[in-house]
Amino acid sequence: MTYNLVVVGGGPAGILVAMRAVSLGAKVALVERAELGGVCINVGCIPSKALIATSRVVADARNAKHFGAGAPRDLDVDFGAAMERVRHVRDRVAKGSSVESLESMGIEVVRGDASFVDSRTVKVGARELRFKKALIATGARPKPPTIPGLVDAGYLTYETVFDLRACPRRFLVMGGGPTGCELAQAFHRLGAHVTIVQDEPMFLRQEERDAAQILSNVFAREGMELHLNTEVTSVRVEGGAKVVCLRSDDHESSVTVDEIFVGTGRVANVDGLNLEAARVEYDETHGIVVDDFLRTTNHRIYAAGDVCFEHKFIHIEDASARIVVDNALFLRRERLSALTIPWCTYTDPEIAHVGMYVRDAIARGIPIKTFTVLMHDVDRAITDAEEDGFVKIHVREGTDEILGATVVARHAGEMINDLSLAMTAKIGLSEIARVVRAYPTQAAAVKMAADAYESASVTPRRKKLRSAWNRLLRL
Amino acid sequence: MSRSDTELLARLQRAAFDYFTEYVNPANGLVRDTSRPDSPASIAVVGFALASYPVGVERGWMTREDAATRTLTALRFFRASPQGSEPDATGYKGFYYHFLDMTTGRRVWHCELSPIDTALLVAGVLTASAYFDEDSKDECEIRHLAEVLYRRIDWRWAQNEESPVSQGWKPECGFLHYGWEGYNEAAVLYVLAAGSPTHPVSKDSFLAWTLTYQWENLYGHDFLYAGPLFVHQFSHAFIDFRGIRDRFMREKRSDYFQNTIEAIAVQQEYARRNPLELVGYDASCFGISAGEGPSGYMARAIPYGPDDGTISPSATLSCVPFTPDVAVSATRAMIDRYPSIACQWRLPSGFNATKAWISPGWFGLDQGIVVLMIENHRSELIWNLFKRCPHIERGLRRSGFRGGWLA
Repeated sequence: MTYNLVVVGGGPAGILVAMRAVSLGAKVALVERAELGGVCINVGCIPSKALIATSRVVADARNAKHFGAGAPRDLDVDFGAAMERVRHVRDRVAKGSSVESLESMGIEVVRGDASFVDSRTVKVGARELRFKKALIATGARPKPPTIPGLVDAGYLTYETVFDLRACPRRFLVMGGGPTGCELAQAFHRLGAHVTIVQDEPMFLRQEERDAAQILSNVFAREGMELHLNTEVTSVRVEGGAKVVCLRSDDHESSVTVDEIFVGTGRVANVDGLNLEAARVEYDETHGIVVDDFLRTTNHRIYAAGDVCFEHKFIHIEDASARIVVDNALFLRRERLSALTIPWCTYTDPEIAHVGMYVRDAIARGIPIKTFTVLMHDVDRAITDAEEDGFVKIHVREGTDEILGATVVARHAGEMINDLSLAMTAKIGLSEIARVVRAYPTQAAAVKMAADAYESASVTPRRKKLRSAWNRLLRL
Repeated sequence: MSRSDTELLARLQRAAFDYFTEYVNPANGLVRDTSRPDSPASIAVVGFALASYPVGVERGWMTREDAATRTLTALRFFRASPQGSEPDATGYKGFYYHFLDMTTGRRVWHCELSPIDTALLVAGVLTASAYFDEDSKDECEIRHLAEVLYRRIDWRWAQNEESPVSQGWKPECGFLHYGWEGYNEAAVLYVLAAGSPTHPVSKDSFLAWTLTYQWENLYGHDFLYAGPLFVHQFSHAFIDFRGIRDRFMREKRSDYFQNTIEAIAVQQEYARRNPLELVGYDASCFGISAGEGPSGYMARAIPYGPDDGTISPSATLSCVPFTPDVAVSATRAMIDRYPSIACQWRLPSGFNATKAWISPGWFGLDQGIVVLMIENHRSELIWNLFKRCPHIERGLRRSGFRGGWLA
């Protein structure tokens, strides 16, 4: 039997493609060798967000007296119960992508290791699945840096950190990217003394400097130990503890901890797929090579998700699923680059971004201007004592066209969606300024930025004309 | 400006100037970084001292001969001091270490070889060279040594094969792994580096720097963003940016001088809003900048922080060429409210009303910027001296500046 589509990999991208394809009448097989749901549901954003939720409750409780609500003197954090909740949440979310659920939709779920036989056939155990089109969505796995002593000392990654039964007393996070920052803050709030080591001058290298600065301020204020511009040079075990040696330029130091979390390094899961037989190119750094239509070098085969992406978030996989199905099965030519892709780092405050950064625009010769509203000017942020952050909206200078935006706020992940919608629908700041919003909300910051645009776009000549008009009315 | 305002400025400027005669080592011309007994010399402070001596002459606080002698002593020291890759040299590749031993002139604290501090030193050297224009033996030697010191700086090397100039180098680890990016106090560095007749930075260097700028509308003001106030001042102590524009400012229909005026307004607005509810902040008590605070020396910034309630009064006063009335009234208000910050009329590095704390003693950089900025307000002396230097004009033109006094 020939399938319209064989999906290799049962993570979010694979499941979404399979579900969409089968709903449109395709004959679909989905191959998975481990748990369905992939990194996101099992060890990625779902468990981490569940843990972050607990850590926020703890932080809010400790801060309750600021609101006039007496907090318990000794706030007891039951780490075991918190992790039990994480697992419960994970199970609930995973129900939507169980084997039964997928098979009830008409997807044939095949368990086992997949290996391409040729450019039109995948072998799983003894079975050979012949396809018209295939999708590779096998994801990625951690690839810790080669640091002397690290392997012998032992370390955690996102694949293992949620198996912890007790909160480490001293916790070192290697890497100040999104995962490292999120977990560092969460563990610190849950009671660990956290040290975070980043080999760059700021956290979240990709984000705007000001966003990273606010995050540094918050981390320092909460009592985390920050080491920027610092690399881990070696690890050794002494008296049951892990001694992590650090170097910042010519300054050397060490930190003794109970657990090390490695938040850097990933490698695409392509081992054993025999991609050479399918004429699919890949490399160590970027994984499988795809074009803007998500096609691999074999145009019958597509790839999506972590196995080929820099942006490894489930919502992109949702969007890319749509592209894969449309392009693979219906001969469409949807482009990945046409997507407006927001993302968010779920620290507190959250840091969310969509579209271009200022540096991208300047590098491309696009004149750009930023309208900034500080959260300390937003009434609802003041009432809720959530004033760390800002909304920055970047427009093509001289127009109201939104090129990009960064939001730093406690609920930035929610607020960025407004701007993503506006960019997708090509709604400019002038239109946003006309939208009436519920009051008070933190999302009002978006309108305030639009109002700032309106105010700044009044030319001196128009100001003069308005003054003259008002003088006339007074006569 | 009222007579009492003028008198206040004169008193503050004189007190700041006296720092350089009190804390100099007359044997080598080095000046202490701070007034504290164990303080090493800061090369940037020496630069400010060299630019301040002409002010002292013009104001009648020292003779021209005395100023020339002090200047010559410092220049001879730097000319003769050891340059090399050994860890205790005074400099390398024409640059100097940030901090030097007051007596031996050798590197201390394992500090970095500092392009920005070298730039501030050389800015002072070139200012002195422009001022001492007579044919006496000493003044001829000053001009000769200034050329030697400037021409031997290998700015291209400091780019470490990239566009931005590196923030430093150490013999123990090589270049520090970050460069001068984003709008900051390095304009004078890039101009000096571009103007070099011997080792200029690559042609794209200044432009590459501007690629990391952020043009923002903040609190209703359009400006090139930088958080700490001193960033908007230090290069302006030497370069008169009024009316001259690089490509970036031409596109924005502004200039760097006007930009600082906007930055001051943003600082005032932040202090008026006082989002962190710190003690003392209001529109007449602002000045979030680099300086010493209760938890040490750091660059404080608005509106994104860090801000621990520390005001740098010298930064407030140094707004005087841009917004004279604002600068003087704010400084007067601060002194009236906290008289102990003006001990001997010399302003401290920082004070923190929230924590009832004042930085002990004085920092040379604060005194230097106060002397030069007040003088630029009063007579434009430093700006005019710097304009006379052909290297500066060349550096500005190579960096894309046009118009104004360059026309």
